[in-house]
Amino acid sequence: MLDDFFIRALVAGIGIAFVAGPLGCFVVWRRLSYFGDTLAHSALLGVTIAYSLEFNIAVSIFLISSVIALILIQLQRKTNLPSDALLGLLAHSSLAVGLVVIGFLTFIRFDIMGLLFGDILAVNKKDLFIIWFGGALILITLKIIWKPLFASTVNYELAEAEGLNPDRAKAVFTVLLAAIIAISIKLVGVLLITGMLIIPTAMARNLSDNPQKMVIFSIIGGLLSVFIGLFSSLEFNTPSGPSIIAAALVLFIFSLLKVKQTIQLKN
Amino acid sequence: MSIENNVLVKLNNVGLKQNQKWLVQGVSLQVEKGKIVTLIGPNGSGKSTTAKIALGFYKNIEGNVEKYTSNIGYVPQKISIDWTLPLRVNDLMLLTENLSDEVINESLTLTGVKHLKDKSLANLSGGEFQRVLLARAISKKPDLLVLDEPVKGVDFTGEIELYELIKELSLKLNCGILLISHDLHTVMSATDHVVCLNGHVCCCGSPSEVAKNSEYKALFGEQASQTLAIYEHKHDHVHTTEGEIKKK
Repeated sequence: MLDDFFIRALVAGIGIAFVAGPLGCFVVWRRLSYFGDTLAHSALLGVTIAYSLEFNIAVSIFLISSVIALILIQLQRKTNLPSDALLGLLAHSSLAVGLVVIGFLTFIRFDIMGLLFGDILAVNKKDLFIIWFGGALILITLKIIWKPLFASTVNYELAEAEGLNPDRAKAVFTVLLAAIIAISIKLVGVLLITGMLIIPTAMARNLSDNPQKMVIFSIIGGLLSVFIGLFSSLEFNTPSGPSIIAAALVLFIFSLLKVKQTIQLKN
Repeated sequence: MSIENNVLVKLNNVGLKQNQKWLVQGVSLQVEKGKIVTLIGPNGSGKSTTAKIALGFYKNIEGNVEKYTSNIGYVPQKISIDWTLPLRVNDLMLLTENLSDEVINESLTLTGVKHLKDKSLANLSGGEFQRVLLARAISKKPDLLVLDEPVKGVDFTGEIELYELIKELSLKLNCGILLISHDLHTVMSATDHVVCLNGHVCCCGSPSEVAKNSEYKALFGEQASQTLAIYEHKHDHVHTTEGEIKKK
């Protein structure tokens, strides 16, 4: 069954949707969309390093993204630049360096479009293993740090005062973010991974009145986006990443109807 | 835990300097089981900072803090919930501890907001929110409660009610309370020990001692020393937050 490329892409997408939902909620709640973007951009550098050193792509991306996250935290401490400027600096410079390195690697044929926007044909059985095994690890870890992470998202001081160690939870969460980027790059692509994290979550926000619901709805939204996106990618021969994200956008727009209704009810 | 003297947290001559400026300096105090210690002082006198030092937020302090418990309930001075995070009262109650429904109901009833349990936090008024925060802090039955202006925005009768509740709790749970307040009237009546801050400890002692102190008078005015008298009257009924009248 997994010999069919489309089934593989579908299985990969389902795995990613399950992980992206809960992580995406925290990205939205903690206002980390640009941070996610920066990590994703740096992933391209990870890909080039993987190719030139003949290293596993996911592991390489994971390492590079984690390093970039650490550099960012250091820069935030040591410079007077605002966070968004630092994020832009790291995002674009790591993307640029990644592309420059690709230019040098003339001996390898690169599918740049595939890297940037995902490729439905690119997912092999090994990737599936990485997505599902890595995804399970991410979810288990998130479950462990859920309480301190969630409490400090609501109020940092409260979490710290009551002994939940929010700094550790934050550091672990950053690593988890790097990890989901690493496992989903093949299907969604460098430029659109943050969309996979944020858009189904934004849809879920419109439909939920409590955090648990929001997590569940963002998983459902992600799953629907994967299904609709991949089928249309197959049908219309479009790149998989943009198709999934466009499907997510359509779902988001539908969810706005619900918001409009509740606002009318309130008035 | 230090059993002999019931001390929960002890500050030994602590101070905090930020950007070459002392926020507080030379503060010593201790909170014991079943006792209420109140910090008073004008704006910017370092009340919240002192509370945060006691909680262990700052690493680069002068002096030292001895903490004998980790079961702490905290009501911060300012808390803003982001609208991107949908949160009901019930979710907030479960924030740092896994509590049973029964315990949650009990705590919310104590602060008079049980009817708000399934409401979204975004729809609460300032006073209601404050009551929820207090309920959350007491729900885990902490050894030490740190309350940074816990009744801010609560209506006047509610304020007295909540201070009475706080006093009751210190006895019932046998927990120590570090309380910060602006409101001299109610504070003075419900406190075992008052610390008057203005960057350093101006004066401290029992409420009646502090009220007579000349530095206290200089800080809050002559009128303030008579606040004890002002509070000495009682109502025979209370109004619940649902608008009913309850006989005492």
